[in-house]
Amino acid sequence: MSRPEHTAPPEIFYNESEATKYTQNSRIMQIQADMTTRALELLSLPPDEPCYLLDIGCGSGLSGEVLEVEGHVWVGLDISEAMLDVANEREVEGDLFLHDIGHGLGFRPGTFDGCISVSVLQWLCNADRSSHVPKRRLARFFTTLYSSLTRGGRAVFQFYPENPDQVELIVSSAMVAGFTGGLVVDYPNSTRAKKYFLVLFAGSPDNSSQPLPQALGTDLPQGTEPS
Amino acid sequence: MRLITHNMLQCPVKGCSKDNFPLRIEDAEIENADADFNPQFLKRMLDRIAWGALVQTSFSLGVAKLPESPGDPNDDEFLQTLHHVLLETRVKEGRMVCNGCGHVYPIREGIPNMLLQENEV
Ligand SMILES: [Zn+2]
Repeated sequence: MSRPEHTAPPEIFYNESEATKYTQNSRIMQIQADMTTRALELLSLPPDEPCYLLDIGCGSGLSGEVLEVEGHVWVGLDISEAMLDVANEREVEGDLFLHDIGHGLGFRPGTFDGCISVSVLQWLCNADRSSHVPKRRLARFFTTLYSSLTRGGRAVFQFYPENPDQVELIVSSAMVAGFTGGLVVDYPNSTRAKKYFLVLFAGSPDNSSQPLPQALGTDLPQGTEPS
Repeated sequence: MRLITHNMLQCPVKGCSKDNFPLRIEDAEIENADADFNPQFLKRMLDRIAWGALVQTSFSLGVAKLPESPGDPNDDEFLQTLHHVLLETRVKEGRMVCNGCGHVYPIREGIPNMLLQENEV
């Protein structure tokens, strides 16, 4: 499988035709919605409480719409203008920003109850320009994300790691920035359904340590696919 | 961009830590969009709102008049006004300017452009 982040920077790859494809392909839309629903579950927000959430790499707003249905108010960041234009055309409720998350976020401390991100984090490991040092970009991103969350807030990233070194780089950058937490791998023995989620805790309200949520499908033997 | 989110924004330029909030809105084209009234959400957010900045911004944009200090969270009229300012008032065109470093963030079709030059990060 070719990895899109190897073909071009995200703002080039997600051009108009790619952006339109994202909202016309019902299979892509369903996968995106499912992963958002799972990310939201891993956030474990207080039940029946409308929250203020950040969507990193919101794209055309498919994930944001899942947040809206659950009654949350959201803010989305994306580096692709074409994707944001599609989000605008679809009249999503969330606030949209054209932003390179590798430059760090510009929100006051304690702004968001939580953060979700679907299929974005691996892009941060690219060096598209000579000035791009992935380690520095990850550090800026995680440090500013940490401060923009309320204490005890969580950030959940579904992503497609390329290799164990990349996972190590991402997780260690998040820990250096102050987060605790780690990787939750759903359906680890399935080739088709295996999904990586980085679950991060920005402290805790009472300084207690929080256990990682349980992954799905860990009891399935190698080679069996979930129905 | 809704005013609730403008209230949370601070200038992300490297080294800009003085007068980096709130970003001044200039040449704004304002749009009103109905949103579901959600008192529970407003009460949750009240502590997080920088009130002085919100009063200043809504005054400069000529939207509903807010009290000098936050009202009673159980007062329905206050919550309705707050709802209108925070969640139904959107900046469609214009720009945000940082009072600290002077960086200009253009707003087009409701989307602020927060991209920075590499020497600003
Ligand atoms: Zn500034």
